[in-house]
Amino acid sequence: MALELKEITKKVGIHTYIKPTSLILEPGYFNVLLGETGSGKTSLIKLMAGLDPMASGQIIMNGKDISSMNTQKRNISLVHQFFINYPHMSVFDNIASPLRVAGMAKSEIEGRVEEAADILQLRSMLKRRPDQLSGGQQQRCALARAIAKESDAVFLDEPLANLDYKLREELREQLPELFAGRGAVVVYATSEPEEALLLGGKTALMDNGRVTQFGPTADVYRKPSNLASARVFSNPPINCANVEKKNGLITMGNMASWKVDAQTRSLEDGHYTIAIRPNHVMPKRSDQTNVILQGLVKITELSGSESSAHFEMENETWVSLAPGVHDFNIGIEHQFHMDSSNCFYFDENDQVVGD
Amino acid sequence: MKTYNQKAWFFVLPVLVLVAFNALIPIMTVVNYSVQETFGDNVFFWQGLDWFEQLLRSDRFHASLGRQFLFTGLILVIEIPLGIAVALSMPRKGIWVPVCLVTMALPMLIPWNVVGAMWNIFTLPDIGLLGYFFNHTLGISYDMTQDPLAAWITIVTMDVWHWTSLVVLLSYAGLVSIPDDYYRAARIDGASNFAVFRYIQLPKMKTVLTIAILLRFMDSFNIYTEPFVLTGGGPGNSTTLLSIDLVKIALGQFDLGPAAAMSLIYFAITLLVSWVFYSVMNNQTDEEG
Repeated sequence: MALELKEITKKVGIHTYIKPTSLILEPGYFNVLLGETGSGKTSLIKLMAGLDPMASGQIIMNGKDISSMNTQKRNISLVHQFFINYPHMSVFDNIASPLRVAGMAKSEIEGRVEEAADILQLRSMLKRRPDQLSGGQQQRCALARAIAKESDAVFLDEPLANLDYKLREELREQLPELFAGRGAVVVYATSEPEEALLLGGKTALMDNGRVTQFGPTADVYRKPSNLASARVFSNPPINCANVEKKNGLITMGNMASWKVDAQTRSLEDGHYTIAIRPNHVMPKRSDQTNVILQGLVKITELSGSESSAHFEMENETWVSLAPGVHDFNIGIEHQFHMDSSNCFYFDENDQVVGD
Repeated sequence: MKTYNQKAWFFVLPVLVLVAFNALIPIMTVVNYSVQETFGDNVFFWQGLDWFEQLLRSDRFHASLGRQFLFTGLILVIEIPLGIAVALSMPRKGIWVPVCLVTMALPMLIPWNVVGAMWNIFTLPDIGLLGYFFNHTLGISYDMTQDPLAAWITIVTMDVWHWTSLVVLLSYAGLVSIPDDYYRAARIDGASNFAVFRYIQLPKMKTVLTIAILLRFMDSFNIYTEPFVLTGGGPGNSTTLLSIDLVKIALGQFDLGPAAAMSLIYFAITLLVSWVFYSVMNNQTDEEG
């Protein structure tokens, strides 16, 4: 059982929305599509769901070519970012709608709807209409519809994006449980790197209509294979700079330099791009840090237990994100510290290099 | 004690005057006529409810009321489904939308008496385009001036041609207000085209359809000009609808008393049926959303 994409593309007129994409998505864990708004997550989901026509390529579900099959026949579910429920039907009827369409017996429909309603704590609201529910309840209703159907593939297109923080946390925790053991291929699109990390499973990073990297989420996070992947999988945006390796030393303009280490020893002398996540750029020196950066603080933010500072060095603006409360003075030079072994190195083709 | 500001009456006064002149006074005049007999010269004789009794027992009234219900029934049965079907097949976006909308609106822009005259000339057996085509090209006998069935087919077709557009435009407005997301959700659910129509489009069109049915009921129940110009109520009395009969009694025979009584009954029936329609459909809307 798997959903296999073979070189699928989407074109409208002269514009290419999805560049040739191949993925093998399997049940048992979450397949996360991570990318910024407009990177092609929804387009890819629509192709898989058959809602938009492919320009080329093949989609294989459970060994069967479904490329030209109607959406109606694909046995899939889709939960949108916006809460889509039929407004004129009760919660019960909404959850039951795909089962009724499939011509299922009344008693079985009731059983399945009640099971889904129990899982999503909608039991007491089955008679209400969607407009009498809160946002979280409406989305739970949409999720219940996806669960009750027992589809081969479930597509969740940023299902938590429009919920408030607390509900989002709550529902995110429940999601993997909801779909565990159902045998469906679950595809989850999100624009938040934290969400991909929390949901685990595998992650496909998307940038500008193509998948830049696909693999177990933790691996993808630890080892981005190219600059685009590194950029996608970082929030706040990853810090980048041009560096030069020469005579056993890596220099970053006039800003900083450090000695080559195990990671960079094998690199040839030349120009590279480095990327380092903001949480590896610290406002205080520690035993691990070996590089000092001097920057003019432009913006500071304090979010709960973390402090971030945007600082300017020559023509680069970097971000530091550190746990705890740190006092920065805007418009004042401040020293930041990093451990050079946390840097990723990319060659002129933006492919990762180094050991 | 709470004091009320009586100034509001002053602002309502113009409306009251207007309503009095265009509704209350004319209706009271009709009520006045309906209980009296007059031979002109402003001389009246009290009749009580005689005219109403006579009318309700009269075969002539029953016949024209029956014809009226038949006509309205046919109109609704044909125009509502046809209007929905046309609206469903119209494009939702693109350059053809305004073309379709304007084409649809055209028949409604033509004055009613012109519609009657047009269809009269169009269907006359020897000189009309359609009449000539049927009689002389196809060899099918079709003469709405002689054959009651042909006359009925003609007035119903004429009304369908004239007013289906209204149903189309209202249904279309209901359809385009449905977000694409529902159609997508329905496809994901595996719904057939019929299921999409039955469970998404129809419920969403319910409000506008209620308005369409009410408007078409009232308009067709009160129709006068078009069939009068087309057939004049003939051949015989076969297309003498309620309004045509009413005008015959009032202005042809100058029986103002019976005509006034008939007007009131006519008005009461229109009001009653509209109210029934409205409450039935509104109840369903409440139940189903």
